Amino acid sequence: MSTSVLLLGLLVAALLAFGLGLSRANALAKKGDAHLHSRAGYYGTYLALWTLLPALIVLGIWSAAEAPIIRGVVSAGLPENVKALTPAEQSLIVGRINSVARGLPRLTPEEFETVRKVRYGFTTPAEAQRVLQERGTVLGSAPEPYVIAAAYEQVELLQRSRTMLTALIAALALGGFAYANWRMSPTLRARNTVEAMVLTGLFLASTVAILTTVGIVFSMLFEAIHFFQSVSPLSFFFGTTWDPRFSAAGSGSNTSGQFGLIPLLWGTLYISIVALLVAVPVGLFSAIYMSEYASRSIRTIAKPLLEILAGIPTIVYGLFALITFGPFLRDMGAHIGFEISATSVLTAGLIMGVMLIPFVSSLSDDIINAVPQSLREGSYGLGATQSETIRRVVLPAALPGIVGAILLAASRAIGETMIVVMAAGIAANLTLNPFEPVTTITVKIVSQLTGDLEFNSPQTLVAFALGLTLFVFTLCLNIYALYIVRKYREQYE
Amino acid sequence: MAVDTIPGSLPGPASGNARDKTNAAIQKSIRRRYAAERRFKIYGVAAILFGLAFLAVLFWSIISTGYTSFVQSSFKLDVLLDRSVIDPSGQKDPNALRSADYTLLARKALATALGADTANRRDMREVGQLLSRDVDVEIRNEVLANPSLIGKTIPVWVLASGRVDNLLKGQLDRDLPAAVRKISDQQLAWIDKAEAEGRLVKRFNTGLFTNGASSNPETAGIGVALVGSLFMMMTVLLLAVPLGVAAAVYLEEFAPKNFWTDLIEVNINNLAAVPSIVFGLLGLAIFINFAGLPRSASIVGGLVLTLMTLPTIIIATRAAIGAVPPSIREAALGVGASKMQAISHHVVPLAMPGILTGTIIGLAKALGETAPLLMIGMVAFVVEYPTSPMSPSTALPVQIYMWATSAERGFVERTAGATLILLALLICMNLFAVILRRKYERRW
Repeated sequence: MSTSVLLLGLLVAALLAFGLGLSRANALAKKGDAHLHSRAGYYGTYLALWTLLPALIVLGIWSAAEAPIIRGVVSAGLPENVKALTPAEQSLIVGRINSVARGLPRLTPEEFETVRKVRYGFTTPAEAQRVLQERGTVLGSAPEPYVIAAAYEQVELLQRSRTMLTALIAALALGGFAYANWRMSPTLRARNTVEAMVLTGLFLASTVAILTTVGIVFSMLFEAIHFFQSVSPLSFFFGTTWDPRFSAAGSGSNTSGQFGLIPLLWGTLYISIVALLVAVPVGLFSAIYMSEYASRSIRTIAKPLLEILAGIPTIVYGLFALITFGPFLRDMGAHIGFEISATSVLTAGLIMGVMLIPFVSSLSDDIINAVPQSLREGSYGLGATQSETIRRVVLPAALPGIVGAILLAASRAIGETMIVVMAAGIAANLTLNPFEPVTTITVKIVSQLTGDLEFNSPQTLVAFALGLTLFVFTLCLNIYALYIVRKYREQYE
Repeated sequence: MAVDTIPGSLPGPASGNARDKTNAAIQKSIRRRYAAERRFKIYGVAAILFGLAFLAVLFWSIISTGYTSFVQSSFKLDVLLDRSVIDPSGQKDPNALRSADYTLLARKALATALGADTANRRDMREVGQLLSRDVDVEIRNEVLANPSLIGKTIPVWVLASGRVDNLLKGQLDRDLPAAVRKISDQQLAWIDKAEAEGRLVKRFNTGLFTNGASSNPETAGIGVALVGSLFMMMTVLLLAVPLGVAAAVYLEEFAPKNFWTDLIEVNINNLAAVPSIVFGLLGLAIFINFAGLPRSASIVGGLVLTLMTLPTIIIATRAAIGAVPPSIREAALGVGASKMQAISHHVVPLAMPGILTGTIIGLAKALGETAPLLMIGMVAFVVEYPTSPMSPSTALPVQIYMWATSAERGFVERTAGATLILLALLICMNLFAVILRRKYERRW
């Protein structure tokens, strides 16, 4: 049975257990020889949890472990000459086995027999291919007998595993129910047990954040190490040429290109700097105006309007850069006899700068508002004008916080993807000219991973090395910025 | 200007001349300082105006490009469902009905309507170019739904080709030479005639909302992408909200102050700032390569977006729970509730408006997110509606990305049109959140 059916069955069983527990608790209460320790609902929940949880845990572990184990058993049974192939070729064969195995359950009994005969050499592989094709399984070439054999083994193993799982789950659910039912008595501290279980659940939910971080770090580290086995870290981090040379699936990993990070890093930083040159002054001045000068009515209108900029998806900014702003800049350039490419540092940087304005302004707004009023009043008392107070008193007092905000904005700019994918270009140029296209780390992650590539080549694995670089880069910026912002907030609280 | 008007001017030195000089200097410096003050204020206004102007230009640019995609040019044809073409054997075999040449029927009907010579092959080809390449589908569906129509003449609306559509919407200059505009003078005459007769009309484009991917702009739609996005939002709602609320309740109400709690908090704050593309890489490595989930499936997209929105929901929920005054908890504890009861019966329900607002904003962010979805194979040409979260699908922003990068001209207005739909959805969600907050927000 499939996981979702089992899950549904378990939920129904838990619901039944809840109802039974509720009515039993009520019956116990009616007998009246002793007070129930908890309210009746807790007894119901107690029964339901005991029915559901052990089975659910086993179901989860089993479903996760099943596929890799079956895959291992099946590939252990492959002929020796197949095992001697390169990993890339082996993964192709595993793919073929999987697609045959997926197609097998769709066959009628006679067709099932026909395909099985191929396994023992009674009919041709082409026949098997035809039969499978009729039921919607399209194969590139006729399946070899050992592929069919492996597919059968896979299907049989899966069926056996599912039967065992169903039996196990049923036994666990019944066993859990029986145990809890046996424990039922007016003195059972049902509420305490249930609440302890709920608390454990809450705690586990809070660890998801840690698991996500661990998942990010490990998955990227693992794949990046794979990558560094075929390309030396030195040539990756200090190489100045980016030329990955796409290799077609199955051609092996001999045709590796050059993976120099420097041009990508330069493009990323260059665009981020242009973006910050737009976002920091505009964002800072609008924050200053909003918090120090603007009347209430202006603030209630202008502030939400500016926040809309933060709510617009980055793909829309990218689209605007691609269809309106890039061509506009190019035509402007052509008008004054200047060559500006439609995708360029300037296009991507300016648009990204606008995207960051609300980010900088709302963070700075908070920080400026946190500067105590007494500092301003002291300054006015000495005869300073409002702008002098802001420049000489408020901003210096808020400076660490503002630096933190700018660092957070920089981390956003470095990790931003859609705008640069659509507006920065894909050529890995190492140039100072802001009118030329450059490319960034995120653009290359996207372009290396979209399309059908074999997974184990350095051309795809490099995306994980780039992702790891990006992650570490932004992580450092974020942690430092969050540290500054938090420390600054505490200073005046 | 009189000297006395300067408040707080220093008592001058003995000599009147020197006093005047000092006063003049102060006057000058004050003028300068006031000018600086005005300039400073203007910078602030300019900064805000810059942001607002950009917003206006952005919306104007997308609306002016995209509004035309909500109508589509169609021909009204009286198609003779010729028995000899559709069903020569007369057995109404569904396979034969499915593979019959309906394009020919549509061409004939149009040619007759335009008064073109149906025997002339060149004319017929030119007539055919006026129709969408997917014209056969519409007639076929009519026939398959009701085979008894065969042999009769039925009125149908069929889509015009993308080029005719461009011409009608004024996106193609009709004064261009015929070779450049790729519409012959004969075809132009036909188009004018059909338009004058009311046979060629711009109708509301339902296909934009219901169709799947297509290589012909006139029949491409966001139907599949909408369903895919819906599946993803459901996944996020079902996973991120319970997990996020549970985590927030734990951190705000139960967590002891120790290293582990600090670690969790730092993690959540940091995850909120991790680039979204990194989540895509995580999804590719963990959900697809390790767990073996299918590529392009909306369940994977939903899981990735769940991990991405989780910090947003946790942070919003914590703020909402923290705003509930301690007196509520104390009152509940005082009448004998356990801590868990006080929280689940009183604190969380009171914090609900804040939690919902945070959730909707998180969902809106997830709906517009593109980059991580590119990593997990959502860039896919999907024609069929996905039937379950495991079947291949695409998402609305990814569809926009695919159209934006495709070369054909007809996709430009579709891209902007789809963007308008996306923005409308996001604005609705955010408005809903604002209304919710206004209506239920409580000041303690």
